Amino acid sequence: MGDCALIKHAPPPAKYGGRHTVTLIPGDGIGPELLTHVRELFRFCCVPVDFEIVSIDSKSTSDDDMNNAITAIRRNGVALKGNIETNHNLPPSHISRNNILRTSLDLYANVIHCQTLPGVRTRHRDVDIIIIRENTEGEYSSLEHENVPGVVECLKIITRKKSLRIAEYAFNAARQNGRRRVTAVHKANIMKLGDGLFLQCCKEVAAGYPEITFDSMIVDNTTMQLVSKPQQFDVMVMPNLYGSVISNVCAGLVGGPGLVPGANYGKDYAVFETATRNTGKSIANKNIANPTATLLASCLMLDHLRLHGYASMIRKAILATVSETRLHTADLGGQGTTSEVVQSVMREIESKGPRTSEQI
Amino acid sequence: MAGNAWRSTVSRVVGAMKSQASHPRTFSRGLQTVTLIPGDGIGPEISTAVMKIFEAAKAPIQWEERNVTAIKGPGGKWMIPTEAKDSMDKSKIGLKGPLKTPIAAGHPSMNLLLRKTFDLYANVRPCVSIEGYKTPYTDVDLVTIRENTEGEYSGIEHVIVDGVVQSIKLITEEASQRIAEYAFEYARNNQRASVTAVHKANIMRMSDGLFLRKCREVAENFKDIKFTEMYLDTVCLNMVQDPTQFDVLVMPNLYGDILSDLCAGLIGGLGVTPSGNIGANGVAIFESVHGTAPDIAGKDLANPTALLLSAVMMLRHMGLHGQAKKIETACFDTIRDKKVLTKDLGGNSKCSEFTGEICRRVQDME
Repeated sequence: MGDCALIKHAPPPAKYGGRHTVTLIPGDGIGPELLTHVRELFRFCCVPVDFEIVSIDSKSTSDDDMNNAITAIRRNGVALKGNIETNHNLPPSHISRNNILRTSLDLYANVIHCQTLPGVRTRHRDVDIIIIRENTEGEYSSLEHENVPGVVECLKIITRKKSLRIAEYAFNAARQNGRRRVTAVHKANIMKLGDGLFLQCCKEVAAGYPEITFDSMIVDNTTMQLVSKPQQFDVMVMPNLYGSVISNVCAGLVGGPGLVPGANYGKDYAVFETATRNTGKSIANKNIANPTATLLASCLMLDHLRLHGYASMIRKAILATVSETRLHTADLGGQGTTSEVVQSVMREIESKGPRTSEQI
Repeated sequence: MAGNAWRSTVSRVVGAMKSQASHPRTFSRGLQTVTLIPGDGIGPEISTAVMKIFEAAKAPIQWEERNVTAIKGPGGKWMIPTEAKDSMDKSKIGLKGPLKTPIAAGHPSMNLLLRKTFDLYANVRPCVSIEGYKTPYTDVDLVTIRENTEGEYSGIEHVIVDGVVQSIKLITEEASQRIAEYAFEYARNNQRASVTAVHKANIMRMSDGLFLRKCREVAENFKDIKFTEMYLDTVCLNMVQDPTQFDVLVMPNLYGDILSDLCAGLIGGLGVTPSGNIGANGVAIFESVHGTAPDIAGKDLANPTALLLSAVMMLRHMGLHGQAKKIETACFDTIRDKKVLTKDLGGNSKCSEFTGEICRRVQDME
């Protein structure tokens, strides 16, 4: 899984003695414990990254935490985060914190690479799909109102500008990674104007990439195809909500939420997290969560910071550990603990011998 | 107080019986008329297949064939032909093959027209793994119940300024309550243990929040059914890993569209998935949800399983459980046997041969 960042972005400069500062948002559920393991692993490997920890209290209605987090990410340029729970007991005006982060920082591309991993038993083999999901508009515009009591309207916004932008990102990523086909997922037969505009923009961008095949598929047919023949898909691009559905289906196909990392890229900032953005409340603090997705997300972050040596070293160790069935955590059908997995990764790295500065 | 407990028990039992009665009266005596809409493409041949099988099973059904090509009524509004509407209003039960959606015919899709005419508010798709038709997923046994009148398919879209489009998702208290009530009643009447509301209320706080609230309220009146709620993305994630954890799922329009097709994919696709649409005023239309397959139309190659299983669902809805079981078993046995299968099921038999085999089995069961 040579998963360097799919598109070369300009990383923030390493300001202090060659060390980068990265904002860390623990989040809720399993976030804090898994991110603590990341810090532990980075210390062990002497990764030149310092974490600035910013907590966001999901129970609070105040905006202070969010503003601090956003400011910190603007300052550092990069963040690693856990999922922040959305409290349903708060009124509807309280918007999802995760969503606010994405829109405030204009992290317009959510990129998820779903690949079958050796050693993980799944129903489908040879899955290798890159999902590029528009991350800031569509159904997640948070524009709702109650016209009269009992009648609610929720606005889905599709703009030409953002559709062109995400399509451009998708085709560029496909080209840079030698991928042959981009499929746009939509429901333009029903949402003729909205998804119709999205599809139109994809077609326009496709014209500039003649070596890449462009096709489109309606979202319900796409899910049906994914569960029967997922090998047919290469790169997929889509608006926000369908992205949520497709990325979760694909993550499930390759082994579940514990394995797949996700990245959110904007022009100036990048935030890394797990692909399926789960809080994992029910398994929190029990040492049973699968740390693979979070650890691989930290590798994506290292690649973004151009610390490729560290990224591949850690990634190789993680993949070696995942292929070891007796270390599988409960989500993979095993009985391994989180700490056993992390220890194994560290041992794997250690066994490869000390690194000199030339190697890194 | 004991008195209140007794009264609430009585009302619960009476309520259950009432909801049984809200289904059309059982048709154990005499023939029941069903409006049959063969449809386009392979529609006519699979409808013929179903009629043949029902005849072999001696099912007490009298078919009334009707056409639903859109016509322009007084006032310029598109509507279905009067004969079709009258037939359905009288019989209350319909069986429909695939209808083609003409592009640029000027009128809305026929399916949409039917939905509006009869206020078909609930789309019900039971997805059960078919023994003998192998897919990577086994032991699937769930039902998706999708709100079919509003939500993201309200059809309300505007171009705000050039390059900015707004599509409106509409959620109303009334429609949410209605679909939730149907889902719980369905669960109760079909001995299902739990109902799960599927939503995205963390993002769509007000709209899905309203839907969720109504589901919670209705759940209060159905304490015998377990009620859970799950985010759409979590359902998708879990569905492809372990579909056996799901029972009855209820959700708004778009999620229902996606999930019902996802679940159909788990059991083998639209060619083997039944579907029913429940309307206000007791109308119910059962249909196959695959396309018209114009490339194989008229060549005796079509697979009638989807329409047949929808017809079986129809029999159950009418209370004719014995007949339903007989026909369903014959169909599943034929598929499991693998000797006479249509091309899409992996064989090379004709539609008529497949139909004949099922008829033979049904008759052998007498």
